[in-house]
Amino acid sequence: MSFLTYLINGLSLGSIYAIIALGYTMVYGIAKMLNFAHGDFIMVGCYIIFSVSAALSGNSVVGIIVAIILCTLLGVTTEFVAYRPLRGAASPLAVLITAIGVSYLLENIALLIYGADIKSFTSVINWEGVSFAGGQLKIQGVTIVTILVSVVILIVLQLFINKTKQGQAMLAASEDKAAAALMGIDVNKTIALTFAIGSALAAVAGALLCSAYPSLSPYTGAMPGIKAFVAAVLGGIGSIPGAMIGGLVLGIVEILSKTYISSQLSDAIVFGILVIVLLVKPTGILGKKVQEKV
Amino acid sequence: MAESILEVKDLSVYYGVIQALKGISFHVDKGEIVALIGANGAGKTTTLHTLSGLLKAYSGEIKYKGQELTKIPNHKIVSLGMAQVPEGRRVFAQMSVLQNLKMGAYTRSDKNEMEATLANIYKRFPRLEERKNQLAGTLSGGEQQMLAMGRALMSHPDLILMDEPSMGLSPIFVNEIFSIIEDVNKDGVTVLLVEQNAKKALSIANRAYVLETGSISKEGDAKELLNDEAIRKAYLGE
Repeated sequence: MSFLTYLINGLSLGSIYAIIALGYTMVYGIAKMLNFAHGDFIMVGCYIIFSVSAALSGNSVVGIIVAIILCTLLGVTTEFVAYRPLRGAASPLAVLITAIGVSYLLENIALLIYGADIKSFTSVINWEGVSFAGGQLKIQGVTIVTILVSVVILIVLQLFINKTKQGQAMLAASEDKAAAALMGIDVNKTIALTFAIGSALAAVAGALLCSAYPSLSPYTGAMPGIKAFVAAVLGGIGSIPGAMIGGLVLGIVEILSKTYISSQLSDAIVFGILVIVLLVKPTGILGKKVQEKV
Repeated sequence: MAESILEVKDLSVYYGVIQALKGISFHVDKGEIVALIGANGAGKTTTLHTLSGLLKAYSGEIKYKGQELTKIPNHKIVSLGMAQVPEGRRVFAQMSVLQNLKMGAYTRSDKNEMEATLANIYKRFPRLEERKNQLAGTLSGGEQQMLAMGRALMSHPDLILMDEPSMGLSPIFVNEIFSIIEDVNKDGVTVLLVEQNAKKALSIANRAYVLETGSISKEGDAKELLNDEAIRKAYLGE
């Protein structure tokens, strides 16, 4: 029974990684850049929920909505101010280093406003959860909500990409920007939309992450951000189902190794798995083979 | 005098410090097929990319239906009625044939008109309808060329720019592609054709320009150029 509990907790943590990884992978798919500040968008989202809830004496729903809106704006603004001018720069490293810079900027702004001490975050989910088998198997409300939210997000994203004109434009632009422009697609606008979606998802991930692990500091987003990046690479960067699978695998491995092997070693095991998968299948689990241009 | 649909004047384009186009001027009249021939690196693709706004002009003007194009962002050009079939086809390999065609109509909003265009394209390219749910990347080279053409036609263009449509195709497909270009033209679409297969291009074109290292070295009636001694030697391999 306890194994099942751990598995479900892993699934839940994995769902959070998956939601963050979706942002990484979508942005990479279209802008061909790694937005290393993505993890910090989560932290920004958490602080916004924290502040708004405090101001409204505990109303977290409004907090979540405000966080989603502000994170979306933050993502679009960052793309416009920091990344777009560097698109087409001589070296792709320019935008990568800028992203790291944005990450430090956000962390330090948070440090300036909120200080370094850890704030305790009140869960946005008040549901106790359910228990099965006479109380032997207990699943917390936040665990169930996290898993459900991630499933809904995946379905909505797939529908958006496959069924809407904007989603199809996103797919086309991620394959070939020049050809997409010839179709009349505004590639810059499409990239901005991708950042908007990724950043909104970061806010959602933040709400879930801080509800499950209720301590908030300026570095809250850093580690989950890196783990989600690993998840995206593991699943095959650029692939939406890949990000989902990568996230789930990572979450389950982390929780199970923490439980059964060693909590100190769990991160080493997680990153070790990344190394092994990349040695065997360099494009990740669902990654597409990069076709050589003739 | 025929009405001109495209008028290019003193167009210069740079790649960094290298001047790829050295002030070329040419025009395309409504209803014509105009061929742009020349060796590799002469600037043919550069010309088309600049017309579509993928490359920025350094100086000169491009007037399409009287409107200056050099200042317009590239994604707005297709809705003015100018579409391009790019070199190497550039179909969206991970999308289905139908999705590719729908991307071609991205700027159109009238669903019924779009369906009518789609039906026309299926009539012209029955193979695309047979494979409409197949991923474009799994099509043969000739089929991908048809898809690239169909995709450009989905925008219902008045002028279509074709970049090396016969490149890498088997002789049977080459003939088919050229007869399709003639058909498209007969239906009222003006064609600017860039080709390395100069013989074929000149045989279907009304007029032609010869591009040599960024400048136009010769222009005239396509049939006359086809019989020009120097052209035959340089581009027709005789």
